[in-house]
Amino acid sequence: MMPTLAHYLAVSGLLFSIGIAGVLLRRNIIVIFMCLELMLNASNLSLVAFSRFGLLNDGLPNYNGQVFVFFIVTVAAAEVAVGLAIIVALFRARQTTHVEDLDGMKY
Amino acid sequence: MNLALAPWVILLAPLLAAIVILFVGPFSKPLSAGIAILSAAVGAVLSWMLFAHSGDVVVPAMSWIDFGPEFAIRIGLTIDHLSKVMLVIVTTIATIVFTYSIGYMKHETGYSRYFAGLSLFLFSMLGIVLADNFVMMFIFWELVGVSSYILIGHYFEKNSAAEAAKQAFTVNRIGDFGFMIGILMLWFAFGTFTFSELLAKAGAGAAFPVWTTVACIFVFCGTIGKSAQIPLHVWLPNSMEGPTPVSSLLHAATMVAAGVYMLARIFPLLQTVPIALDVIAWVGGITCFVAGLMAIQQDDIKRILAYSTISQLGYMVLAIGVAPSSEVAMFHLFNHACFKCMLFLCAGSVILGMHHEQDIWKMGALKNKMPITFLTCAVGVAALCGVPGFSGFFSKDLIIAFAAEKSMPLFWLATLGAVLTAFYMFRSFFVTFFGPPRSEAARHAGESPLVMTIPLIILAIPSAIAGYGFFAGHFFQVPHPHEETLLTKFGPLGAVVVGVVAAFLLYFRAEKDPLRIPFFANRLYIDALYAAIVRYGQDRFGNVLAWSDRWVIGGVVALSAWAANFAGGCLRLLQLGNLQAYAFFFGAGVVGLLYLLLK
Repeated sequence: MMPTLAHYLAVSGLLFSIGIAGVLLRRNIIVIFMCLELMLNASNLSLVAFSRFGLLNDGLPNYNGQVFVFFIVTVAAAEVAVGLAIIVALFRARQTTHVEDLDGMKY
Repeated sequence: MNLALAPWVILLAPLLAAIVILFVGPFSKPLSAGIAILSAAVGAVLSWMLFAHSGDVVVPAMSWIDFGPEFAIRIGLTIDHLSKVMLVIVTTIATIVFTYSIGYMKHETGYSRYFAGLSLFLFSMLGIVLADNFVMMFIFWELVGVSSYILIGHYFEKNSAAEAAKQAFTVNRIGDFGFMIGILMLWFAFGTFTFSELLAKAGAGAAFPVWTTVACIFVFCGTIGKSAQIPLHVWLPNSMEGPTPVSSLLHAATMVAAGVYMLARIFPLLQTVPIALDVIAWVGGITCFVAGLMAIQQDDIKRILAYSTISQLGYMVLAIGVAPSSEVAMFHLFNHACFKCMLFLCAGSVILGMHHEQDIWKMGALKNKMPITFLTCAVGVAALCGVPGFSGFFSKDLIIAFAAEKSMPLFWLATLGAVLTAFYMFRSFFVTFFGPPRSEAARHAGESPLVMTIPLIILAIPSAIAGYGFFAGHFFQVPHPHEETLLTKFGPLGAVVVGVVAAFLLYFRAEKDPLRIPFFANRLYIDALYAAIVRYGQDRFGNVLAWSDRWVIGGVVALSAWAANFAGGCLRLLQLGNLQAYAFFFGAGVVGLLYLLLK
């Protein structure tokens, strides 16, 4: 059976949920970061799916979605670069990757 | 000569003099005296010119506060018969007293300050006389109080003088509180502050008699304070701490008469509310009697005269209450101004001759050492007591006759007051001038310089003759009572005789006071009562206010502080420091927003 748009969107939604659950629930900062990437990629997937299935009148796919994905990937890459730099600096200061140990702003 | 400008010149010349003396004074003493006397003399000359010109002078008024026809206060001067007479009295006596002050204050400190204060006083007093509306009169009323404060406190390093000045101003303020309420009540009823409009609408007062009566009684409170009636009389004897010319000008002739003048101004309005006139008459009657009681045991020559002033002011206020025209009270005011001022100046002459000794029991046998003072003082005492032939006889007996017409208890109060007046005045006269010299200063006393005795002689003339028709007829149109029984005709005369004889028997050639009545000597303990009220009542009231300030008002402030603290404490619980919690709130917010957007 051919996968329809609904299947792709379901997968995308599932990935996004797993990502957000990871961000909220995992303790290691690097795993949280990976789950963040997972959320971004989930949205990439749904964008490509919409691009592939949302055909225009002359039968060609709407390429706006795929171009948008390019942008998202670029931004994700830049964000990872910056984010990992911050994590390394944080590790050098606190000597821990346990996110619950970062409670300096607690009342 | 444009007479419309004259009132402004009369009013403003003393103010200008006061300002100039402030700058010039430290450099030249004679110049300060000269400027002050010049301003008073200019005022006197112009006042006599205005008086000679019969008919009212219309002076254009300036608008000051104008919120429409309902509430408009203007600065205007009114020249009618009443104010012309009062102008003549005030400016002439002021000129005489200023001249006398040159001699009296010759060796005193604060010479220029004194003349500046006197000029300021003259300006304020003339403002009261010339004012054409209540608010302007009230402003000048307060200014007169301020000048009085400055002048009583002339020797301010002396504690008693500073206290006396404070007391004078404070007690006056109490009366002025009632005065202000009265003015506002009258405005509320009649819609105007101007005297001419108020009197024109006086007939309409019949529409709300109770309101008008209460308003007039409140306005009378101003007179109780300013003219030292019982119960607000306590400041006048203490005001004797000021220099004697100040006592003669302010606290005998002019300032204390302002209360009577104000009542004369609104007399047609008072006539529409007979109950208010009754209150006025009784306060006056009680004052003239009680002040006499207090005077018979005083030993300070100025204090005796001060209580005498209170008593005579009581007569004037009584006259307002019982006579059909305000001219009777003004007649007595005129006579009183002349002879009381002169008596105070005589006292000043005696005090100076005695090297500033004021106790009459340290004086004696001054009759030969100070002849001019003795003779003028004799004229003054005779006029004050109402000895036939002198000015006081005419006005005082007239008041007593009118009092008899109105109510017999008032007649007896006034007549007994006359007995006491004769008694204490002749007591003071005999002890001061007759008898043995009772101290070194009395043995070496000498007559005062001419600059002081000539004013005495000048004032002795009206004290003697001002009562007679040929003189007084120019100033006053005095009504006479309808019926005069033998009692009212000869009662006052008998009172004088009784008083003089009693004083003669007890005090002629007396070494020390044979009478000792502590109740009268301590002024009926009224002063002590007021002091106790202030000390205890004020303290208790202050404690209540302090508690209220700390707990009620402070409580509200503390409550708001606690509320802010509590809110802060609640909000601070959101600072969890947990990264994932923040991410959770972030996500929940996004979900909520999306829900709201897509609903």
